[in-house]
Amino acid sequence: MLRTAVIIVVLLLLAFVPSERPAKGVRIASKKDTGSVILGELATQTIRAAGAPAVHLQQLGGTRIVFDALHRGEIDAYPEFTGTLRQEIFAAAGLSSDDDVRKHLAELGTVMSRPLGFSNNYALAMRRDQAEKLHIQTISDLARHPNLRLRLSDEFLNRADGWPALRQRYHLPHEHVQGMDHDLAYRYLESRTIDVMDVYTTDAQLAQLDVRLLDDDLHFFPQYDAVFLWRADLASRYPKAESALRSLESQITQNDARELNALVQSGKATEAQAAAEFLRTRLHLDVNVEEPSTAAQIARRTREHLDLVRRSLIPAIFVAIPLGVLAAKRPRLGRLILGAAGVVQTIPALALLVLLIAPVAYFGLNTIGGGSVTAIVALFLYSLLPIVQNTVTGLATIPPELHESALALGLSPRFRLWHIELPLASPAILAGVKTAAVLNVGFATLGALVGANGYGQPILTGIRLNNTALILQGAIPAACLAILLQLAFELLERHALPAGLGPKSPSLEGRG
Amino acid sequence: MIELQNVTKRFAGFVVVDSLSIRFETGQTHVLIGPSGCGKSTLLRMIVGLVTPEAGAVLFDGEPVTPDSLVAIRRRIGYVIQEGGLFPHLTARENAGLMPRFLGWPEKQTAQRIDELTQLTQLTPAMLDRYPRQLSGGQRQRVSLMRALMLNPDALLLDEPMGNLDPMIRADLQADLRTIFRTLGKTVIFVTHDLAEAGYLADHITLMRHGRIVQQGTLHDLLERPANDFAAKFTRAQRGPQPIESE
Ligand SMILES: Nc1ncnc2c1ncn2[C@@H]1O[C@H](COP(=O)(O)OP(=O)(O)O)[C@@H](O)[C@H]1O
Ligand SMILES: [Mg+2]
Repeated sequence: MLRTAVIIVVLLLLAFVPSERPAKGVRIASKKDTGSVILGELATQTIRAAGAPAVHLQQLGGTRIVFDALHRGEIDAYPEFTGTLRQEIFAAAGLSSDDDVRKHLAELGTVMSRPLGFSNNYALAMRRDQAEKLHIQTISDLARHPNLRLRLSDEFLNRADGWPALRQRYHLPHEHVQGMDHDLAYRYLESRTIDVMDVYTTDAQLAQLDVRLLDDDLHFFPQYDAVFLWRADLASRYPKAESALRSLESQITQNDARELNALVQSGKATEAQAAAEFLRTRLHLDVNVEEPSTAAQIARRTREHLDLVRRSLIPAIFVAIPLGVLAAKRPRLGRLILGAAGVVQTIPALALLVLLIAPVAYFGLNTIGGGSVTAIVALFLYSLLPIVQNTVTGLATIPPELHESALALGLSPRFRLWHIELPLASPAILAGVKTAAVLNVGFATLGALVGANGYGQPILTGIRLNNTALILQGAIPAACLAILLQLAFELLERHALPAGLGPKSPSLEGRG
Repeated sequence: MIELQNVTKRFAGFVVVDSLSIRFETGQTHVLIGPSGCGKSTLLRMIVGLVTPEAGAVLFDGEPVTPDSLVAIRRRIGYVIQEGGLFPHLTARENAGLMPRFLGWPEKQTAQRIDELTQLTQLTPAMLDRYPRQLSGGQRQRVSLMRALMLNPDALLLDEPMGNLDPMIRADLQADLRTIFRTLGKTVIFVTHDLAEAGYLADHITLMRHGRIVQQGTLHDLLERPANDFAAKFTRAQRGPQPIESE
């Protein structure tokens, strides 16, 4: 009994003592595309160079996550594109001009910088030689060449405001337009397998390929100018930070953006290094970045990852076991509980995170960044099912004669639960916790989507940059941690389960 | 004294105990016997409240067994089932000491009671520190009996406690049980389908079939004056090498 109490107290302490302190200084965030991360680095380093402290929460999961975090004051600034503001954030308002957008933002206490100089628009691209030969300058010109082979990214092909709308606007006659992976399309364009593809005007590949971007003469594509957004109160809190962000207005040309992207995507520089180089050579700022050693990075990520695991798994154990007991005792309620826990498992990670942000924010907890409660709650929810399920199974498979013996002795329900049923179900429950722990280590990589870092961070970066080494820097430690946990649980199974149930006590099977 | 008055129980529409009435006198050893499935276990389970009769009443010392009185009555009954029903995660000693622990007995009292019962059941203290699966079947049943006797109950209900034992072990345990029953003078209800065992242990034998009582009496009565064809067949089948005729 005393031992149990000690274990419970230690576990609870482990679960609720936070190790990450909220970041100090100006909090810059960026979304998970390379362009955004580079802009985030440019902002962070410029502010630091101006003498204000700044931190960068990189590659967060999506526009909604970042914009809402800005609105709530969990971050101070982030790079955005005007088109995204019009099409996603203020889609319902139907804003047409940047001034309208600026006005709407001001009402939300947000400032929008002037354009930084480049835009990230959709465009259609052809090889320059072919375009010249066929005298194609504009998208309208394409209509005269119905035999050109068009290949579009799946996203653009399928969006209602993508290819179907474009085709209608320009009366394009092309048949059999198919979807294709974006990187692959570049290679096919180069090798003359296809003739026309959709591009983003900041694509790094454009810096190397000799292509012509066709004029959007009917103004079909919305304009995506790069800007910074920041909170109106930034000026009073960190006056230097606001002027630093302003100093980047009109400084980054279309070509700068492509080259910065190319530098990072080719693996020649990290976002921080590329940004620093740009600031030194073009703005003559005295900036320096030091990349920590790989070992130090892995150590830091391990700490962050374990933080997510312990702070989600342990509370899950304390909630799931009672839920499992309840489910086993009240079968109808049990179906409801198991059903709900099962549904949670089917929600994709990003969707679950986005769903959780509002309630987490409502309680005034930090939704993003180190120790993000959003990530912890998501992991907590994902961890429930295996434990609840195994608790139910463990209780349900207790042989009926043992139930009846306990009843016939005249023990109270409470005593039966604590001293008979739970110990008998403990191997199954522990197996459930083991499963949950191993799954949790894998799921915890989703923490990177909300800035909680951990092993998910290099994985996310590696996927974005198509860099296997980087992916492995996250995946291998995650796998090792999962295996270690598995081994630890096997030790527990061998030594902590009630003797007489575990494999330790030899059975003297025999009826005599 | 335990009394069942016109109790009836159906499982899935099938009548298992059919308006049956029976009295078990205090201090006597009663054996319920009959072919498998005739409702013997169900009858015992009614007495300890694991099964509730649809009609009729169960009285324990004149008091009806109801959900309110059940817990108190259960503590006055020792119940042993075929495989013992020992909890595998507890040692023999912990199994036996479960009720004292629940009731908060002083450790000394528990230890003393366990000592007494160890002697009575012919176990050794060393065996008590083993887990059930480290004990033989016969030893397990002795531990079960200890657990059942722990609170010095008024009645002892045993449901084919020797069903799974080898003949030699069985004979030993039978002999010990008989001594124990005689020494303690408790109301014993013992279920078996073995007529020799019944005769050896019982003051009174009740032969059942299809949830009803066929005949009550001593072994001698059953053998010499079978109440009907079924009773005659049943005793004959148990006595000699003749093929068992199915009922
Ligand atoms: N919980 C139960 N659910 C359904 N049928 C049962 C249940 N318990 C007993 N029975 C049925 O009732 C009949 C009598 O069972 P039981 O009292 O165990 O017989 P006996 O102990 O004489 O062999 C059998 O046919 C058995 O299958
Ligand atoms: Mg039976």
